[in-house]
Amino acid sequence: MTQLPGLLDTEAIRKDFPILDRLVHDDRKLVYLDNAATSQKPRQVLDALSEYYERYNANVHRGVHVLAEEATALYEGARDKVAEFINAPSRNEVIFTKNASESLNLVANMLGWADEPYRVDSETEIVITEMEHHSNIVPWQLLAQRTGAKLKWFGLTDDGRLDLSNIEEVITEKTKIVSFVLVSNILGTVNPVEAIVRRAQEVGALVCIDASQAAPHMPVDVQALQADFVAFTGHKMCGPTGIGVLWGRQELLEDLPPFLGGGEMIETVSMHSSTYAPAPHKFEAGTPPVAQAVGLGAAIDYLQSIGMDKILAHEHALTEYAVQRLAEVPDLRIIGPTTAEDRGAAISFTLGDIHPHDVGQVLDEQGIAVRVGHHCARPVCLRYGIPATTRASFYLYSTPAEIDALIEGLEHVRNFFG
Amino acid sequence: MKLDSMYQEVILDHYKHPHGRGLRDGDAEVHHVNPTCGDEITLRVKYDGTRIEDVSYEGQGCSISQASASVLNDLLVGKDLADAQRIQETFLELMQSKGRIEPDDAMEEVLEDAVAFAGVSKYPARVKCALLSWMAWKDATAQALDAGADAERKTA
Repeated sequence: MTQLPGLLDTEAIRKDFPILDRLVHDDRKLVYLDNAATSQKPRQVLDALSEYYERYNANVHRGVHVLAEEATALYEGARDKVAEFINAPSRNEVIFTKNASESLNLVANMLGWADEPYRVDSETEIVITEMEHHSNIVPWQLLAQRTGAKLKWFGLTDDGRLDLSNIEEVITEKTKIVSFVLVSNILGTVNPVEAIVRRAQEVGALVCIDASQAAPHMPVDVQALQADFVAFTGHKMCGPTGIGVLWGRQELLEDLPPFLGGGEMIETVSMHSSTYAPAPHKFEAGTPPVAQAVGLGAAIDYLQSIGMDKILAHEHALTEYAVQRLAEVPDLRIIGPTTAEDRGAAISFTLGDIHPHDVGQVLDEQGIAVRVGHHCARPVCLRYGIPATTRASFYLYSTPAEIDALIEGLEHVRNFFG
Repeated sequence: MKLDSMYQEVILDHYKHPHGRGLRDGDAEVHHVNPTCGDEITLRVKYDGTRIEDVSYEGQGCSISQASASVLNDLLVGKDLADAQRIQETFLELMQSKGRIEPDDAMEEVLEDAVAFAGVSKYPARVKCALLSWMAWKDATAQALDAGADAERKTA
C-alpha cells in the first residue's frame, strides 16, 4: 500500500463512516471521490441527529417546558461551536442559514436594502471573479440588475489562478463589495486572500468570502481573513444538509437591514410596524433548522477531534499524489493548478475528447463516484474552452488506494471509448 | 456488463461517425442545452410542405446526446411530419420508461436504430442526454410551422 507522509489513520476514520462500506452495482466497493459536492457523515453526526429527535425535539426560543429549553440550549450550543471553529470574536456574529447559497444571497439582499454607507446602487460597483460557483455569481447579478450597479470580475490565468494584474482597475473607489471564493470548487485553486482584502480595504469596500470548499478542509479563522462576511455550508463538512452559516462582523450585522421577515427575528410587532431582534436572530426568520444545526455542531466536534491542520496535511499529501498519478494518464489535462501548491483537494480534468459524462458513467460502473459537468461554475468551462470536466475530490477518509482505483478506472474508460 | 446495455455498439458507431452533422439551410433554428452536464445542440429543420427535407445540427456533448442526434437525422429526414411525430412520441415513451419497456417488433419497426437507447432509460441522469436533440427538433418544428402559418396568413 502507498504510504505518504502526513496521512491520517484512514483505517480508523473510515470505521466512523458506515456508508463507505457500501457495495454498489452488486459487488463493487464504493470509491467515493465526490466530496466537493457533499461529504459523507460519520456515525457521531448520525447519532446526534437521531438523539436530538428521540430525546429533545421542540421548537426553539419559545415555550418554557423542558424540551423547549433543552432544544434551545442545543441549537445555541451549536452556534457556540461554529463561532469557536471559525474563531469568531462573538457568537452573535454567526447566522444559521440553510446553505452557503442562502448565506450569499442574504449578504446581497442586506446590501441591496441597506442605507448609506453600505447601499449598492447605480453609482456603485460589485466585484466577483470568473471562478465563482454560480451561488456567488447569480445573487450579485440579481443585485446589479435590481439596483443598476455595475458587476465586474477578475479573470483567470491559463494555469487556473486569479489574474490580479489589474486589481486597481477592477477594485476602485466605486466598489462597494468584493465577493470571492477562498478555494475554487472546480479548479481547486486556493486564492490569495490578503492581496484582495488589502485592496478592498484601501477603497473602503466590504469583503465577502465563500468558504464552502475551505471550511471542511482547512483551519478557517475569520479574524485572520479580515473579511466582513464568510459563508459556508454544513453538508460538505460531515454535517447534514439544510444547514449553512453566514458569519458577519457585528457592527455590520447591527447596521444592515433584515431580509426575510417572520417569527423569531422580531422584537415587537404591531399592525403598522415592527422592531427587530438583535443579530443573529434578526436574520433567522421562522423556525430554524434545529436538528441540522445540532448535527453541524457534532460534525465540528468530530473534525476538531481529528484536527483541521491534520486534515489539511492529509489532503495535501493526497493531492500531491493524485496530480502526479493523473499526469501519467495519456491525454489527461488537469483544469486548474497542476501542482499541489496553493491547491485544494478537488481536481478537475478532461480526458482526450471523451465527454466527462461518459467518463463518469464508466467510472461509476466500477464503483467510483466522481462528479461530471460544469460544477455550477460554467464561466470556468467557457474560459478554458471545454464543455465540462470530470472532478475527483478527496476528504479526510480518502486513501491513496482510492486514487489508484481512479487511475485504473480511467485506463478502463480509455479502452472503452478508444 | 450492465454498461453495455447503455453503450450499445450502434450508439458508439453513431457517436464516432455521426450522420448528417453540420448546419445547413433551415426554416427554423433552436439552441438547446442540458444544464446539468453542459451538453449543447444547435438544430435546424427544413420543411417542404409537411415533408422533412433536412434536420441539420451542430453540438457538443456526451456519446449518448451526440449519437441520439445522429439517429434522429437518420430517422426523420424524408419523413412526413405526422410519421415523424409518431416516431418522436414513441422514442419519448421508451426513454421515459425507466427501463420497463422491452421494445417489441412493432416498436422496433418505428424506431429502427433508436431502440438501442432502451438501455439508457435505466439511467435517469442520462435520459435528458438522449432526449436533447429530440426536444430541440420538436421545438424547431413548432417554430417552423408557426412561421409558415404566419406567412400564409400574410399572403391570404
